[in-house]
Amino acid sequence: MATQHSRSAARLMMAPAVVLLLGWMLVPLTMTLYFSFKKYLPLRGGDLGWVGFENYTRFVTSSAFWPSVQATLVIVGGVLAITVVFGVLLAMLLDQPMWGQGIVRILVIAPFFVMPTVSALVWKNMFMDPVNGLFAHLWQAFGLTPVEWLSQASLGSIIMIVSWQWLPFATLILLTAIQSLDSEQLEAAEMDGAPPLARFGFIILPHLSRAITVVVLIQTIFLLSIFAEIFVTTQGSFGTRTLTYLIFQRVLESQNVGLGSAGGIYAVILANIVALFLMRIVGKNLDA
Amino acid sequence: MARAVSQQRKIINTVLAWAVGLLIFFPILWTILTSFKTEATAIADPPVFLFFDWTLENYTVVQERSDYMRFLWNSVIIAGGSTLLGIVIAVPAAWSMAFVPSKRTKDILLWMLSTKMLPAVGVLYPIYLIFIQMGLLDTRIGLTVVLMLINLPIIVWMLYTYFKEIPGEILEAARMDGAGLREEILYVLTPMAIPGIASTVLLNIILAWNEAFWTLNLTAAKAAPLTAFIASYSSPEGLFYAKLSAASTMAIAPILILGWFSQKQLVRGLTFGAVK
Amino acid sequence: MKLRPSLCVASALAIAASSTAYAETTTLTIATVNNGDMIRMQGLTDDFTAQNPDIALEWVTLEENVLRQRVTQDIATKGGQFDVMTIGTYEVPIWGAQDWLVSLNDLPAEWDADDILPAIRGGLTVDGELYAAPFYGESSMVMYRTDLMEAAGLEMPDAPTWEFIGQAAEAMTDKDNEVYGICLRGKAGWGENMAFLTAMSNSFGARWFDESWTPQFDSEAWANTLNTYMNLMTNYGPPGASTNGFNENLSLFQQGKCGMWIDATVAASFVTNPDDSTVADKVGFALAPDNGLGKRGNWLWAWSLAIPAGSDATDAAKKFVAWATSKEYTALVAENEGWANVPPGTRTSLYENPAYTEAASFAEMTLGSINSADPTAPTVDPVPYTGVQFVAIPEFAGIATQVGQEMSAALAGQQTVEEALAKAQSITAEEMEAAGY
Repeated sequence: MATQHSRSAARLMMAPAVVLLLGWMLVPLTMTLYFSFKKYLPLRGGDLGWVGFENYTRFVTSSAFWPSVQATLVIVGGVLAITVVFGVLLAMLLDQPMWGQGIVRILVIAPFFVMPTVSALVWKNMFMDPVNGLFAHLWQAFGLTPVEWLSQASLGSIIMIVSWQWLPFATLILLTAIQSLDSEQLEAAEMDGAPPLARFGFIILPHLSRAITVVVLIQTIFLLSIFAEIFVTTQGSFGTRTLTYLIFQRVLESQNVGLGSAGGIYAVILANIVALFLMRIVGKNLDA
Repeated sequence: MARAVSQQRKIINTVLAWAVGLLIFFPILWTILTSFKTEATAIADPPVFLFFDWTLENYTVVQERSDYMRFLWNSVIIAGGSTLLGIVIAVPAAWSMAFVPSKRTKDILLWMLSTKMLPAVGVLYPIYLIFIQMGLLDTRIGLTVVLMLINLPIIVWMLYTYFKEIPGEILEAARMDGAGLREEILYVLTPMAIPGIASTVLLNIILAWNEAFWTLNLTAAKAAPLTAFIASYSSPEGLFYAKLSAASTMAIAPILILGWFSQKQLVRGLTFGAVK
Repeated sequence: MKLRPSLCVASALAIAASSTAYAETTTLTIATVNNGDMIRMQGLTDDFTAQNPDIALEWVTLEENVLRQRVTQDIATKGGQFDVMTIGTYEVPIWGAQDWLVSLNDLPAEWDADDILPAIRGGLTVDGELYAAPFYGESSMVMYRTDLMEAAGLEMPDAPTWEFIGQAAEAMTDKDNEVYGICLRGKAGWGENMAFLTAMSNSFGARWFDESWTPQFDSEAWANTLNTYMNLMTNYGPPGASTNGFNENLSLFQQGKCGMWIDATVAASFVTNPDDSTVADKVGFALAPDNGLGKRGNWLWAWSLAIPAGSDATDAAKKFVAWATSKEYTALVAENEGWANVPPGTRTSLYENPAYTEAASFAEMTLGSINSADPTAPTVDPVPYTGVQFVAIPEFAGIATQVGQEMSAALAGQQTVEEALAKAQSITAEEMEAAGY
């Protein structure tokens, strides 16, 4: 059905989106590349000349670099694990017959609508504060010493806040997938005397694999660049400095644009490695 | 017998699901409750849940200090404008990808998604300089364009997956009847695509509404949306839980209500149509 | 549901494009921090706009960290988004030397520049040009609970030593009742824990750099500073101290959970205000502690209003700055909110005003603290920089925030004092090398 005519029309229709995104990607990227080869210190008069790869070596040899890569991976991995595992459990629960399912679903998706800044502020002050936070009261009620969440369990706390925001997303996708599962197949397996665990492992989980890949892909895109949650809570202290946050510190706090730009290029490379990896898997899966 | 068992299971499910649902919703509920307390009640030990003197004082104070409506209006314009602009650009692109696919279509789609991985902090400086040059700092139009570009890949993706489900035969039939490209899109495609477009619009309004990096860094007073409104309540002097809660409630309420009313479309939207 | 995208977009863009255009009115965009005194100023602007009907004010009120990030970004790129910026004694000398700020030497004579406290004025002047007008000035001092001191059978001297502070903290601590002997800043940031620690280190004879800009965190003086701090905080401090900044501690003190608090003098009016503080009538004040080395651990800071050189409304901005930092403004606040709530620490005349000294029990101690801080000779040994609790070089904010994170981690028990100091030393050396020292 694709004639020569419709092909060129199609190209024309795609053009605005492609050109705009190409511009949005290339222009800042080129400028960042340019800055990354310069000694560029706005507070010392701006452009202080070319320095070759100095910024690149300085960025990776800095004592903060590898810990920041590690923190990034721990946060992304932790949130993915929590949201997928609890998402599957929650989706299976919500799929069961019950009263007031609609309302429960509304309650569960609500966190997704909350601004990251707001949710970080609320968690930090009203729940995790070691003196006035709700958790502190709860711990004391059981005679325990309140936990200093954001310093003693900093990475865990951030993973928890971010998971709370993304669990609804995972749950909804997985619920939709479970609902499309052929119930006759499950009933047949039950009749055959397959134990619940086997039913889960051999029927439900394979059916969900595609949905899980979608969750992983989309969440990774957003999680690699989380910023507000860290800025509001720990500001990168206690081992929560992610790569994104390290770049922020270089560019805005130290006002070393050259060094920060080199970091930006590293982040682009890292993101693309992850993207390539994910898209290989997901691209196949999405085609079906 | 079987009936009784299933009844019993239903009760257990209900209790369990409600408990989990309330647990997940609790932080929001607690914020809303706290917004009606006085600052002293907000930090009371032990905490009070429902039985306190409800007051609207915090909302009055917040409104007096910052003009909520202006921030709200900016959020509406920027989130709405960027989404609509994105739809206008994405519909033709998604249409052509869905109905006239070529070998490279999938690559283009994946490439589009990969532009979302550009770390915003890394390109803040270049974008800021470009905005200065073009006089776009602190303008709603500048922010509208940036948020449109950020979300464009997602809009294209979502529309693509919806359009792909529209059977090609219908288009062929329309063509037989002598419909041109324009009529085809306007009278055949659009009505079928409306639900898909609606959920795309919805998800993108939410994403644009909650975007907190560019909206904070590229605005000052005139174009500042609700994310900037919150930034002035985050850690003021003295007791602030109640005021923070009131400001938070004001910032999230509009989108929470919108989301709740349209949760059906959202479920579809969130899955990019990839999961049915 | 009928969508007509093109129409909607057109109207959305039209609305977005039509900026609020006032005929013949100059609009000033003012960036400020969300501290109590500034919020009060926002509430009193009707007085200014009544006097100047042709000037409209737009406020950008942000939390301190966000504010710093925004104004630094804007001034460094000459973005010109703001006509008036709220900045401090750290930024003014650096930005002034770059000619990024408009000189305020030509403010009207009634504004009375000679009335500004000399220590503050000196901190805001570069080569004879005044680059910012102080809105409020502060040093730091000891605030303590008179009732708890009495119960502990101790008496706070006007000029305590660190040793005495340790004894008092021990005597006042009652963890079962959530009373902690001492609250100090622990939250990482150059304007948070490092402001306190740097000022404290001065009284121990420590310094950031020697005269050839070599970092000094490997010195014994720094180890003494940090060990004393750690000892106080782990034994007598509140839980979660490593995330407590000024605001968190203020809130704790107001709730009666701190025996002593060494922090900004401006806090005095908040902790003695019965509307917000549960301990308003039980607070005493003393100078920041020393160690017998001739320097006290108090800092000097002034939140000030400056006009960036890129502003297109310099004249209107000057009118506003003069208004907000004038004696008349002080009188206006006194009339509306009482004398205890006027912005302190900037003018000699305020401290000569009996109405003020009577209403503000902390006035004398504040003035004494401000006058005893010397930005040009902050510590015992000579240094190549100015600044009491900071080093007035552009790199400092970035370095000190990272160093502060190491101190914070040590306070949280994640590393030892030695490890924190070793990391501080290497971070500082690394960054100074990157900056080309």
